[in-house]
Amino acid sequence: MPNVKSLEDLKKIRDEAIKKRDIKTPGARVQIVVGMGTPGIAAGARDTLKEFLNLIETKGLTDIVVRQTGNFGLDSMEPVVKVKVGDEAEVTYGKVTPFVADQIMDEHILGGKVVTANLIPAEVK
Amino acid sequence: MKFFRSHVLVSVDPECVAQGAHQIVDALNDELVAQGLIDEIQVLETSRLGDPNRFGPDLVVYPENVHYANLTVDDVPFLVEEHFLKGRIIEKFRAKETVVTDDELGAPKSKEVRIVLRNCGKIDPHNIEEYIAEDGYQALANALTASTPEKVIDEMMRSGLRGRGGAGFPAARKWQLCRQVPDNPKYLTCNADEGDPGAFMNRRVLESDPHSVVEGMIIAAYAIGASMGYIYCRAEYPIAVANLNIAIEQAREFGFLGNNIFGSDFSFDLEVRMGAGAFVCGEETALIASIEGKRGEPRPRPPFPAVKGVWGKPTNNNNVETYAVVPQILLNGAEWYASMGTEKSKGTKTFAIAGDVVNTGLIEVPFGLSLREVIFDVGGGIKDGKQFKAIQTGGPMGGCLVAEHLDLPLDYEALTAAGSMMGSGGLIIMDDETCMVDIARFFMEFTQEESCGKCTPCRVGTRRILDILEKICEGKGTLADIDRLELLCEEVMKNSLCGLGQGAPNPVVSTLKHFREEYIAHVVEKRCPAKVCKALISYKIEPACTGCMVCARNCPVEAIAGERRQLHVIDDKTCIRCGICVQVCNFNAVSVLS
Repeated sequence: MPNVKSLEDLKKIRDEAIKKRDIKTPGARVQIVVGMGTPGIAAGARDTLKEFLNLIETKGLTDIVVRQTGNFGLDSMEPVVKVKVGDEAEVTYGKVTPFVADQIMDEHILGGKVVTANLIPAEVK
Repeated sequence: MKFFRSHVLVSVDPECVAQGAHQIVDALNDELVAQGLIDEIQVLETSRLGDPNRFGPDLVVYPENVHYANLTVDDVPFLVEEHFLKGRIIEKFRAKETVVTDDELGAPKSKEVRIVLRNCGKIDPHNIEEYIAEDGYQALANALTASTPEKVIDEMMRSGLRGRGGAGFPAARKWQLCRQVPDNPKYLTCNADEGDPGAFMNRRVLESDPHSVVEGMIIAAYAIGASMGYIYCRAEYPIAVANLNIAIEQAREFGFLGNNIFGSDFSFDLEVRMGAGAFVCGEETALIASIEGKRGEPRPRPPFPAVKGVWGKPTNNNNVETYAVVPQILLNGAEWYASMGTEKSKGTKTFAIAGDVVNTGLIEVPFGLSLREVIFDVGGGIKDGKQFKAIQTGGPMGGCLVAEHLDLPLDYEALTAAGSMMGSGGLIIMDDETCMVDIARFFMEFTQEESCGKCTPCRVGTRRILDILEKICEGKGTLADIDRLELLCEEVMKNSLCGLGQGAPNPVVSTLKHFREEYIAHVVEKRCPAKVCKALISYKIEPACTGCMVCARNCPVEAIAGERRQLHVIDDKTCIRCGICVQVCNFNAVSVLS
């Protein structure tokens, strides 16, 4: 347990606490939506979702919201994940395994470059 | 730091607990474990969410901000599978109310300023980190690392904060007096024995933001030089007591309580003491006696508690609201606080508004707002389009004010000058169908019952006042009774030992002052103008009666006779004046006579 002995100690706890609080509030900068319909779950969407959560935790990221939703209607592409960063257009990914989730996190969310290999083109949607 | 993708906030205020909120929490956790979601979704307990009039426990899911209401334990597995596993929002469980805020009191009404209540419903009262995220314990850190007790007292002095318990004594002055007494150790007490009927401002703060009270007390202890504090909370507030104990435990773990706080040489600890529900224990000397384990009875002052308090040592006693606002004053500065309110009453005050007003509940407004603004702007006006008649301020020992006082600014001096008082902040609003003699009798019944019996003026006096009021309500009063009532009130107020007896006759005195004609109507004409006092009214069925027999069927004493499609008649001797016939009649054919 933290034993707060100085203003700096308190500040640290406060910053940490604000981070935790902000996770709860809607309107974060990055939105990750995982399709969790029956086909999604069958294709391993739960592992994908867990991987995203894991990455956020281990990298200490903030301002990210992970949400699940129902079926996107793209069964052959499952697990399907939608990612929206800031004001940019929403990007839809297909066949997002935990490995791809890693890539999306590093290259797209943190790096700002869309992972083209798993992109679902607009005409399919 | 553990990352949860979703947080479920379940309201566990007393009303929701009574309707099974804890069972919902347990069921949610069990189901989340069963579905393997427990590492992803966190269930948190919080205070009230949304509409105070809805049924059943409710919860809000973040980040989606979906508000569910009227849930039962049986709904939980479906909810978890659909929403938390599959991400589908279940429309049929969604709360009906259109506006969902993360605030238990709803969005601030116009003219409201929330300082004491700022965190209520916004933070998890069980989690010290959420309080810290809202700048909690910052004021304490500043005081202990970069200030001195003298400076803290000076800052508080300049803020103009006055004790919120009712008397309105300047808080910093009280602290200074206690500090100057050359005796050690010194003690701190917090009066959380909120006993006024219909008042629950302190309960909300204790339940929803207990750390603000804890932090305020630590700062006060530092300023005064106290080493031990007691929060005296009534046992009728079990959630407040539980949340306080959690808060104190967490504050200890973080090193805000205990030895050498923030590395300084200041040490302080806190304990919760439960009261057994005696109203008189809100009086500071009775409260101190009760903390010591003695019978909760007041004693004459002086010596004041600042000199001889708990265990015969110097003690500072303040109300919950007074302590809760201290950290905010130190954080934002005395000038900020003093910029709100009137010349002599600074800052904001919480009030519980009850009675015949549209928006009943808790409000926090700056001093100086007029009664009219409080009743009609914040309170939304009188219910059912009726007329305003009177407002009782200051709880059962306050006085009533009438239409001519509506433009009075709400502050300590103005209310006292008008013959009432600020008290702890209960406001009871009465419409034109209220009998003021009956109201005086009601408050007297309360104070009479709560008189501790130590001094004769209060013990016997309140009983005799109540006897006379009951006699008048029964239509057996005489004009001489009114004179006796006045004399008795004066003597009880003058000679009682503590605030209870000194204040108890107030409702009688003020109603006699403003509504003397109602008393006279009761004793001379044997008439209750508001048609409330049962002995003085009768019921009559008017020709509008269609002979539908509904009233006759519902009458509990079979006092109504009449054939189908014939005008019905009430037998006045059998009638017990319960008023059920008025309520059930579909044709407004039953009238009340007086």
